[in-house]
Amino acid sequence: MKKMKAVFFTMLAVAALSVFLIQSGVSAQQPADQAKKQQQPKQAAAKPLVQAPDTVTPAPKMAFFPCSQCHAAMPANKTERALAFHTEIALKHMPAGWCFNCHDEKNRDKLKLANGDLIDYNDSAKLCGQCHGATLKEWQDGVHGKRTGMWNGKKVYENCLTCHDQHQPAFKAIKPLPAPEKPEKIIYKNKK
Amino acid sequence: MIKKTRKHPAGINVDRRTFLKGAALGLAGIALPPAGADAGLLDDFFQKHFREMNDEEVRKVIDRLEKEYSKKYSKDIKVKATKPMENVMFGYGLDIGRCIGCRRCVYACVEENNQSRDPQIHWISVLKMKKGSNLVDLNNSDKYYQPDQVPEPGYFYLPVQCQQCEDPPCVKVCPTKATWKDKDGIVVIDYNWCIGCRYCMAACPYGARRFNWGQPNIPADQINPNTHYLGNRPRPKGSVEKCTFCIQRTREGRYTACVEACPVGARKFGNLLDPNSEIRKAMEHFRVFRLKEDLNTRPQFFYFFGVKSNRPGGGK
Repeated sequence: MKKMKAVFFTMLAVAALSVFLIQSGVSAQQPADQAKKQQQPKQAAAKPLVQAPDTVTPAPKMAFFPCSQCHAAMPANKTERALAFHTEIALKHMPAGWCFNCHDEKNRDKLKLANGDLIDYNDSAKLCGQCHGATLKEWQDGVHGKRTGMWNGKKVYENCLTCHDQHQPAFKAIKPLPAPEKPEKIIYKNKK
Repeated sequence: MIKKTRKHPAGINVDRRTFLKGAALGLAGIALPPAGADAGLLDDFFQKHFREMNDEEVRKVIDRLEKEYSKKYSKDIKVKATKPMENVMFGYGLDIGRCIGCRRCVYACVEENNQSRDPQIHWISVLKMKKGSNLVDLNNSDKYYQPDQVPEPGYFYLPVQCQQCEDPPCVKVCPTKATWKDKDGIVVIDYNWCIGCRYCMAACPYGARRFNWGQPNIPADQINPNTHYLGNRPRPKGSVEKCTFCIQRTREGRYTACVEACPVGARKFGNLLDPNSEIRKAMEHFRVFRLKEDLNTRPQFFYFFGVKSNRPGGGK
């Protein structure tokens, strides 16, 4: 009986030791994993937003593009303030945030991702997808947003900015087209 | 032999044989179309049922129709008879959480499908409904809403068009078999075969079919020359018409006109047999219902709403 107990305890000890070793091994591997994960966003940014031959419509034309024609000579002002020039921009997007969350302060002709990558204005979906990841996935699946073209072939995805204003993204109310005529008002003039 | 001729008071003597000959010729003359009438009139009258015609006969009919329409609208109008694709079953999804009731789809449909402008025919009806406990209250819906701006707070919108049922009641009641369900799921109408009895309109639980009470009127500059025999070709007076999933577009792989017109992207279209199509994705990840499911018509037109299952708070 004592022998059995001794065997049981040694087994327990071995098991505990092996668990400890495995865990320490995992923790030793973790930094490497994290480094890999940190590299992944850049790879994701390089991956195309939509599969070829599908395309995305360009971002709506901006009035003063390229931005650098004025901003190249201007120092970046990071303070939150009433804008003197771009008065049409009323930021109603996030509870907190300012221009340089999305715009790059050095290269104004580009947008900046959270990981520091600079992207084209036409690739803005990548920027939106940083916070609205589920919506970006839905958009890539075709469930969110609009597509035109072929249901079994080449599709054109509407850019996020076709429907949403980047600074006030809530969809705005629009005027409906006329109601149908009531049956009693339809007159069958032509008796041909 | 003495010819027995009755004495006519006015002195016209016609024997029996001459009279019968004359009568027969006269009747034949009445039966023939008047001089100068369209040569197609007889062809039209003796046209066979669309599904009984072979390709050659269909081509002849289409040639005749193209000539007729091109003359009427003084414009080159093409009529196609594109057949259903293999391994395709069309399905339609409409996100009622997104629809804002702007009626862009209604008028895009009118333009694409050559619906009569006056008298007015719309294939899509957008119903305005109060948000509340009764989810789809068709009886208390409003089709004629006209506010300054949509969407109105407290309301949602439910566009209704032909639901392309799997078991279509309209097809069952048609006495001439002028309407049938094609292989790709589209319920089509042969306007030349339709006798205008409107049984199908009475049978349709969705009010999706429209009748040409008057001669349809489409301005020549607004007509869409890209037409399909079973779809958007100009219809004759006295025939029934309805949504065909834009058969002239979708059988060539294109999206329907309403999908491309929707400003909020609430309309989804695709192949139900393709697991990667957006209609399948929508059906797998959203809450889906069909109109009047209790009637067991099994529409291929799905309404969906709610959050996707991979989002917090979403799920099946």
